[in-house]
Amino acid sequence: MNSSQVRVSSPWWIPTAVAMLVLALLGGAMIGPAGPTWWRVPLELLNRLPLLTVHSGVSESEWNIIWLVRMPRVVLAGLVGCTLSIAGASYQGVFRNPLVDPYLLGVAAGAGLGATFVFTINRAGSSTWLIDPLPLAAFGCGLAAVLVTYVVGTAFGGERSSTTLVLAGVAVTSLVTAMQAFLLQRHTDVMREVYSWILGRLSTATWTDVRLVLPYVALSTTVLLFHRRLLDVLRVGDDEATALGAHVNRIRLVVVLFATLGTAAVVAVSGLIGFVGIIVPHAVRLLVGASYRVVLPLSFLLGGAFLITADIPGRILSNPAETPIGVVTAFLGAPFFLLILRTRQASR
Amino acid sequence: MTSLNFEKVSVQYGQRRAVVEFSEVVRPGEWLCLIGPNGAGKSSLLRAIVGIISFSGNIVVDGATLHDRNARRRAQLVAYVPQSPVMPSDMNAYEYVLLGRNPYVSHFGSESVHDTAMVNSVFERLDLTDFAHRQLGELSGGERQRVAIARAVAQEAPILLLDEPTSSLDIGHQQQALELVDKLRREHGLTVVSAMHDLTLAGSYADRLVLMHEGHRVVGGTAQEVLRAETLAEFYGVSVHVHHEPDGTVAVIPRRSLRT
Ligand SMILES: Nc1ncnc2c1ncn2[C@@H]1O[C@H](COP(=O)(O)OP(=O)(O)OP(=O)(O)O)[C@@H](O)[C@H]1O
Ligand SMILES: [Mg+2]
Repeated sequence: MNSSQVRVSSPWWIPTAVAMLVLALLGGAMIGPAGPTWWRVPLELLNRLPLLTVHSGVSESEWNIIWLVRMPRVVLAGLVGCTLSIAGASYQGVFRNPLVDPYLLGVAAGAGLGATFVFTINRAGSSTWLIDPLPLAAFGCGLAAVLVTYVVGTAFGGERSSTTLVLAGVAVTSLVTAMQAFLLQRHTDVMREVYSWILGRLSTATWTDVRLVLPYVALSTTVLLFHRRLLDVLRVGDDEATALGAHVNRIRLVVVLFATLGTAAVVAVSGLIGFVGIIVPHAVRLLVGASYRVVLPLSFLLGGAFLITADIPGRILSNPAETPIGVVTAFLGAPFFLLILRTRQASR
Repeated sequence: MTSLNFEKVSVQYGQRRAVVEFSEVVRPGEWLCLIGPNGAGKSSLLRAIVGIISFSGNIVVDGATLHDRNARRRAQLVAYVPQSPVMPSDMNAYEYVLLGRNPYVSHFGSESVHDTAMVNSVFERLDLTDFAHRQLGELSGGERQRVAIARAVAQEAPILLLDEPTSSLDIGHQQQALELVDKLRREHGLTVVSAMHDLTLAGSYADRLVLMHEGHRVVGGTAQEVLRAETLAEFYGVSVHVHHEPDGTVAVIPRRSLRT
């Protein structure tokens, strides 16, 4: 055996996934009500690139539909999918539990509670502050929720029990949701705003929304990708990872912090979209194996492609009211989750 | 070559004292084997060295307190094979052994060509090349144990800790694994501390045995000194026949007691 025969993963997955993401972006831009004939869209996109002139026959108003209506939504859905997937894979790594995702850990519910706080206290005043407190509150409460889930889940089940962690997540989610309901009962005036925040703004996305989440997504993704080798070290358990020289608690804290930061930011624009963080990383594992060195970058790329694609039915099928994207992902994700649960039980 | 000194090392789990003021000097290049009945504290002592559990007292490597160093540096000095290693079933053997290089890879970096070459040579030396691409979940108990040893070897640390390295190996692979450790020890001057239950194997490979009982160091010395029928009867509660070979090795043969 020579060294070229033994490698951790094959190198062509990443380009393939990049191609799929680009295809999804293009597809998303081409499909939708109104706008130009679909095949003109890529031509016009080429035309808009610097130094290129392609005659596409797309009028200025049609271009506005592409650029101001479709593209922000497609890009935002992509960012949300990328972030939820890489965050899901990262949580699965640090908790050594394939069943956790940002929603099951209570992150999303916590973020919703944080946002509710801001709305009930004083949204009108705070939205013009130098730093918008809404994402910060969402992040803070999301983080608190995941920490409570972790502490409770490991205190009773021990580190190796995946079921207790999931159950703790369910309990924390219910508690947080109840607290939110209680708050809203007492402030019925902000109910509409809060619920429209929770349901998300994907269907009315603008470039402003993209600009709002982009820094958080970029930061959290960068930090998580830097930890991909260390997540592999954690797979052998805290004790052995320590013996191999890893600072287990520090790694776990940093990864949880940044996965939560990304999640809270995208939840703020997309609302509740469940299961992405489970479906995508697991599909990736089935394709390329379980090493986080590949699982993290591939989950990021394919998560974006997946969510853009999952958003398409909502955009074309049900007029006038759209199917929320969360319904589509739950429809695909719930059976998938049960399947994983079953195969894991079988492998015990 | 590297020495390892224990200075009154004690380990406590809540109220239960697992190791009590253990003192011992392991000379550079020596193979010390801890023996003792179940629950004697052998694993706890090894876990204390690698920093998995906290302890009182002092562990000194080459004259410097081990736990004053950072975790990475410590892992460069001490490699450890636990009694029951965690082996994720969906990780392949190559990825697993590569983890042994973690102490040499910068926090956010990736393995160098030297690291991968080193891992490849470990696979060859341990005769494991056929297993490199197999998932750990589909290896037999003995194959897994050899892969776990391979990871420790890949760590290139001057001190090697083995907690029952041969417990699930057949007699041939037991000998192969221990011969390998012995060869590494002679070639690279490794200092080895192992915990073993097979007293005959322990006596024939280790330079010195230390018998532990209820956390205490009871007696230490060569196989002839430690493996005596009266001592074993007292601390294991067994009846054994101790057979001395002409070449100095000692065989411990359990006998059925005559109690009814
Ligand atoms: N995590 C733990 N929490 C509480 N007590 C523990 C823990 N690990 C070990 N002990 C106790 O510490 C004592 C020493 O255990 P240790 O594992 O060191 O023994 P050992 O000599 O390795 O035994 P064996 O030969 O069975 O492996 C035992 O009484 C054991 O019950
Ligand atoms: Mg033990």
